[in-house]
Amino acid sequence: MALVTTPNLRDPDGFYEALMELHEGLSPEESAALNARLVLLLANHIGDEAVLEEAFRAARRPALVQHSP
Amino acid sequence: MAYAYRSHPWRSCPEAEGRALRHPVLIAGGGPVGLTTALELAAYGIPSVVFEDGDRVSEGSRGLCWAKRSLEILDRHGVAKRLIDKGYTWNTGRLFHGEQEIYHFVLQEQGSHKFPAFVNVQQYYAEEFLVEAVERQPLIDLRWRSKVVDVRPGPDGVVLEVETPHGRYSAEGDWLVAADGTRSAARRALGLDFQGDTYEDCFLIADVKVHASLPKADRRFWFHPSFHAGDTALCHKQADDQWRVDFQLGPEVDREAEKAPEKVIARVRKMLGDHPVSVEWASIYTFQGRRLERFRHGRVLFAGDSAHQVSPFGARGGNSGIQDAENLAWKLAFVIQGKALEDLLDSYDVERGQAAAENIRLTGRSTRFLTPKSPAERIFRDAVLHLAEKHLFARGLVNSGRLSVPTVHEGSPLNTETDFEGGVLPGEPCPNLLMEHGYLLDRLPRDFVGLAFGPAPDLPFPVIAMPMQAASAFAAAPGTFYLLRPDQHVVARWQDPDLKEILAAHARALGG
Ligand SMILES: Cc1cc2nc3c(=O)[nH]c(=O)nc-3n(C[C@H](O)[C@H](O)[C@H](O)COP(=O)(O)OP(=O)(O)OC[C@H]3O[C@@H](n4cnc5c(N)ncnc54)[C@H](O)[C@@H]3O)c2cc1C
Repeated sequence: MALVTTPNLRDPDGFYEALMELHEGLSPEESAALNARLVLLLANHIGDEAVLEEAFRAARRPALVQHSP
Repeated sequence: MAYAYRSHPWRSCPEAEGRALRHPVLIAGGGPVGLTTALELAAYGIPSVVFEDGDRVSEGSRGLCWAKRSLEILDRHGVAKRLIDKGYTWNTGRLFHGEQEIYHFVLQEQGSHKFPAFVNVQQYYAEEFLVEAVERQPLIDLRWRSKVVDVRPGPDGVVLEVETPHGRYSAEGDWLVAADGTRSAARRALGLDFQGDTYEDCFLIADVKVHASLPKADRRFWFHPSFHAGDTALCHKQADDQWRVDFQLGPEVDREAEKAPEKVIARVRKMLGDHPVSVEWASIYTFQGRRLERFRHGRVLFAGDSAHQVSPFGARGGNSGIQDAENLAWKLAFVIQGKALEDLLDSYDVERGQAAAENIRLTGRSTRFLTPKSPAERIFRDAVLHLAEKHLFARGLVNSGRLSVPTVHEGSPLNTETDFEGGVLPGEPCPNLLMEHGYLLDRLPRDFVGLAFGPAPDLPFPVIAMPMQAASAFAAAPGTFYLLRPDQHVVARWQDPDLKEILAAHARALGG
């Protein structure tokens, strides 16, 4: 199985809103901790190392063209 | 009562009196690894001379957790029973986050095991029992207060320069086993360097006596302990009602101040309760994960801490050194006795190099979990700990040390691969099953040996007829045959092999 990078969320706006609500009122540290827990939970759910590695690569290089900082 | 060290005197020897001798094997260093090597060699009939700089066994808080495989190896010298009788045996580890126990892990389930997963005994006792065994063994000449100051390797032998309270002498041997620890003089003399990592964090490690009757407890490990401001703490029970305590202090500390007894006692009382405490030994350690690139340099063979060094989380240092000794001894003995060519010794480097790589990788990962190197590492480490309280998957990510188990020498040049599913793998030690006439390992000779589930052909080594009750551990059916090496590791296994296949695997395991 390959990493799905085509649209896969039934309700993208709804998902995004829920994710933002999850972080509402949190300090940057609390948000970072929450994100870390989320990554770990989702990674275990996926389980497949090849998919995870692909996701690592995609996360590291988000754009085709590197934006200047 | 503190441990009563026995001081062993220097004794004169032929070389000191101007008589030149040539020994088959010289061993530099009389720590656990040098002593085990000498005992193992003697079991194959090979005499050796051990040169030990000190006049006594190990000082202070060093190795304490001796693993099942070490016990199996030392049992062949009568040392395992001494360790078990003296020490505290355990099979379970408990992990805490703050005050809360998040989970416990079981290393070995209850059953008819001859040995526990671990026994905790201070290193000085382990060495004392090894010395006793050495003193019973006429083939071993253990020379105290004899420091190796130079090593001159030649194409077919080695000359040592030995310093004693009564002057220097040279000692000649066909082979040198360098078991002279992390600061190895042999390594220096050969101009060899350790490669690897050094970790920054300091750990306060102490042996203490608590004058109260505390409940028995297996390994306890705390992340963010409520009683200590550092990241982690560890506590083990050991012999003589002593406790081993370990407090992570961070990268920069005042070593002398931290070792002061009042300070150690204050920490221990917060950990173990408001009881009277006395400090037997305290030291501050930083750790390394380093090794020699190769363990064989012609006639010089490195074993134990002289060859590799790891952080102690997982108890992989001494335990892997004892496995080095076992792996090396039969090969050296077979070469010396002309039963195998010298090349067999290259497999020592391959197999124990593989073990060192594994131990360094695993202890490195543990150390990384205990000592996060960046804010991001800390965030993830703490996220794992929070999730582990509730979610099973996260417990597998908590790493307080992956405890020592024997390395499986997978892919070793001595193995022969066959079509065989499950059971005991080529390169894995034979399990110590309880059978009708006792434990299986007790019946294995110091030679290659076959385990036959059914009739076996005539072979140039002994064969043990296995009962079908033992079949499941070996994934055996009638006709299954396992070939074991003298160090009890599996060479190959077959369903109904013919004589030629077994003989070919035997020849291959002797170095081809
Ligand atoms: C805090 C701590 C906790 C540990 N816990 C564990 C544990 O729980 N389990 C475990 O398995 N391991 C543990 N270890 C590791 C263990 O102590 C070592 O791996 C083990 O001692 C290695 O044995 P060795 O014989 O190779 O070396 P050493 O024990 O260092 O022995 C080397 C010997 O050689 C002698 N020597 C040195 N130089 C010379 C010379 N030039 N000439 C002659 N003699 C010389 C020394 O006097 C010494 O006796 C721990 C270590 C530390 C520091």
